[in-house]
Parts: sequence; C-alpha cells; structure tokens
Amino acid sequence: MLAKRIIPCLDVKNGTTVKGVHFVDFRDAGDPVELGKQYSDQGADELVYLDITASHEGRKTFLDVVRRVAATISIPFTVGGGINELSDVDKLLNAGADKVSINSSAIRNPQLIEDIARNFGSQVCVVAIDAKPAGGSEQKAVETWVCYLNGGRIPTGKNLFDWAKEAENRGAGEILFTSMAHDGVKTGYANEALSILSEALNIPIIASGGAGEKEHFRDAFVFGKADAALAASVFHFGEIKINELKHYLHNEGISVRL
Amino acid sequence: MNVAIIDYNAGNIYSVTYALKRLGIHPLVTADKEALQTADKVIFPGVGEAKTTMEYLQSHKLDKLIVDLKQPLLGICLGLQLMCRHSEEGNVDCLGIFDAPVVRIQPERHEDKVPHIGWNTLTELKSPLYKGIQENEFVFFVHSYYVPVNAHTIATTNYIQDFSSSLHKDNFYATQFHPEKSGQIGETILRNFLDILK
Repeated sequence: MLAKRIIPCLDVKNGTTVKGVHFVDFRDAGDPVELGKQYSDQGADELVYLDITASHEGRKTFLDVVRRVAATISIPFTVGGGINELSDVDKLLNAGADKVSINSSAIRNPQLIEDIARNFGSQVCVVAIDAKPAGGSEQKAVETWVCYLNGGRIPTGKNLFDWAKEAENRGAGEILFTSMAHDGVKTGYANEALSILSEALNIPIIASGGAGEKEHFRDAFVFGKADAALAASVFHFGEIKINELKHYLHNEGISVRL
Repeated sequence: MNVAIIDYNAGNIYSVTYALKRLGIHPLVTADKEALQTADKVIFPGVGEAKTTMEYLQSHKLDKLIVDLKQPLLGICLGLQLMCRHSEEGNVDCLGIFDAPVVRIQPERHEDKVPHIGWNTLTELKSPLYKGIQENEFVFFVHSYYVPVNAHTIATTNYIQDFSSSLHKDNFYATQFHPEKSGQIGETILRNFLDILK
C-alpha cells in the first residue's frame, strides 16, 4: 500500500541551514547535509532543500550542498529557490537532485512547467504554491484563495484552485501547497482547502504550513486527503521526532513507512 | 568489480552512481560497446519518456547491444519498461527481453493519483535479488506506466491493482522502483545484484 510521506524542509542560506536546530548530538548543527542525514535516519521519506540565498556566490555554494546531499543520502530530495529557467533545472539535476520546486517563476512564466516536464519528465516538476484567502479569514469560500509571489509578499490575481489545475494540465508532477494563513501558527494544516485541491487534481498534493502537533499530520492525511505533509520548525526544534510521528500515524491507521 | 552504467542521455544516472559509490563501487558511465560487453555487471537506469529513449538507443545501436549482453544486468524504472515488448508511452516497440506490455496506470477512484509517487511495499518476492528482504518492505516508486504481473515477475506491488515491481529472465533483472533512492532496503537490493554471479 502506498505510504503517506513525511517531508522535512530545510532552508539553506550560503550553504548553511538557517532555522535553529536543537539536536544536541550534532557535530555541526548548521550543516544541511548532516541534518538531512539525521532526518533520513529517523525515517523521513523525502527531503526538501530551499535555497534562500540571493547572491550568485551563494548559489554556487548551494549546488555544492546538492552534490553532497546526493552523495550522502539515499532517499529522494527536492530542491527549490531561484529556479527561473531550464538551465537552472539542468544544473540542479546534474548535481544529483531528484526534483525541483518552482514557485514565483512558474506564475510569472507558466511555460516553464511545460519545459521542465518535456525535458526531464513531470515527476521532476513540483509546483509550489503560496496562498491565502483574501481578507485573511481561513473560513472564506474557495473562490477567495489567492496565490502570492516572492515568499508571500506580492498577491497575484490567480485563484489557488485554478492555478493548481493549470499547473497540473501544464505537466506538474506534484503540487506543494503552503497555506500562508496557517504557516508558522502551528494550529494545523489548511485541511479544507487541501481536501478540495486533492479531489480536484489527479496528481499528489503535499501539505505545507501549520504543523504543530502530531495530530495535525494525521488530520492533513485524513481530512485534508494530502499525499504528503511537509514541515520545518517542529522537526528542526525537535518538538516532533520523525520516528515517533510515524509510529503515532501507524497507530492511527495511516499507511506510513516504518 | 567492474560495473558499467549505460550512458544514454537519461536522467538519474547520478543517483545510481552515488548509490554504488556508497557501496564502495566506482562505476563506469559509458556508451562504449566494448566497455559494456566486458563489464562484470551492467546497470540500465532511466528516467524519461519511452519513445524518445528507444529512438536514442536505436540511433546509437545500443538496443541490440543490450539484448545481447551476457553478464547480469539491472534495469531500473524506465530501464525495466524498455526491456519489455511494447510500451503504451508513445506506442513504441521496446527491447522485448521480457515478453510483457507496458501500460498506463488508470485511476479507478477519485483519490487514485498518477504518477504513482512514493514509498510502496514489495510482496511475493522470489529471487536472489531479494535475499534478506522481508515481505512488505517499502521502496520508492515514481512512474505513470506499469507492467502487469506475468511469468517473469519476481516482486509484486499494489497500486490500484497488482503490478510487476520487479522482473527477471536469464541474466536480466529489473526493478520498477528506484533501489538507489530506497534507503537501507534499496542498498541491500543493489548489493544483492552485485553479488549475483551469473
């Protein structure tokens, strides 16, 4: 039976993991490769590395991180951040990444999704979408969910569900949906929007934004009908251990890889 | 040990190379006829589209070469599919090592997603390739086409229906999943392949 996936997300800046890490047995808490290895050993199903570096030098450092991750870790990993054209994708895949995640660049240039799918296959192309309901209330109807650019700073005219469907039609292999209204609040994922997305699309949906408790992961799978759940800080700060989370989900009757 | 990875412009060669290096093997990535024929083991990896890839293999005369190889060969993902008779992806005749078709995954219910992405279980294991592997261990899949269960099936996985997650005939072995991305279990499978004598 296909397992639901647990995916830690690591932000990397100038080759170093950004968010605070509380693992005491770490030689180098900031090393994204070592942190990824730790997660992999704990039972993470995939990893996501986001390059939040702005500079050209930093980008080269990130490519080096990708190479080291590929050499060290034997589970799939996705990379994102700063991917604007096909040559960026080519470099990252050549460095050993399994998939790339595109966000603002896909909204600005939707053709990029088709180009990636045609050149490297749909399975390589994860389209990440940051969205929240207009007006800020998560109770708002489906039509009000709007996509944002540049890490949530710039609203677009695009509706979440329309854009996700378009991304699928253009060849996206997966959708990584972050609810900005839930991100960082730790009160659970946007399960209602997730379940609508999951039923509207025929490609896997990765839930992101809102994880604070183990129950939130269960709810994202049971009520949100997500195929995978991504989280960052609850893992980085050791609030939730991945192996304990997976045993919890297993006991809740959810198919996970133990 | 002399391990060759067939270089045919397919993605994911890096992952396989890295996985072998973790096992202490430094593979040769090559399309050279003699290097492939004299290798102890050959790996035929692949991520890509069936028709384009078959045309590439044919134009580089790798199609006949692969079929005639005598040493243990492991096809991975698209590699497995290209070793079959025919693929619905691009409606193309393939290498025909396994007399089985490759067909598109058809969703039956609303929640069935294509591609089949993620960790799924192996059952009905019957090959030295799975020595020491328990039934229902998880391995990593990414694919939109599958091979139905047939006489060459040595592992079965269920997604919407049962399909061949692994095939074997003579010196030819193949996995639909990615052992190079399947953690410890995948490493064991790769090591088992390297241990196969003939």
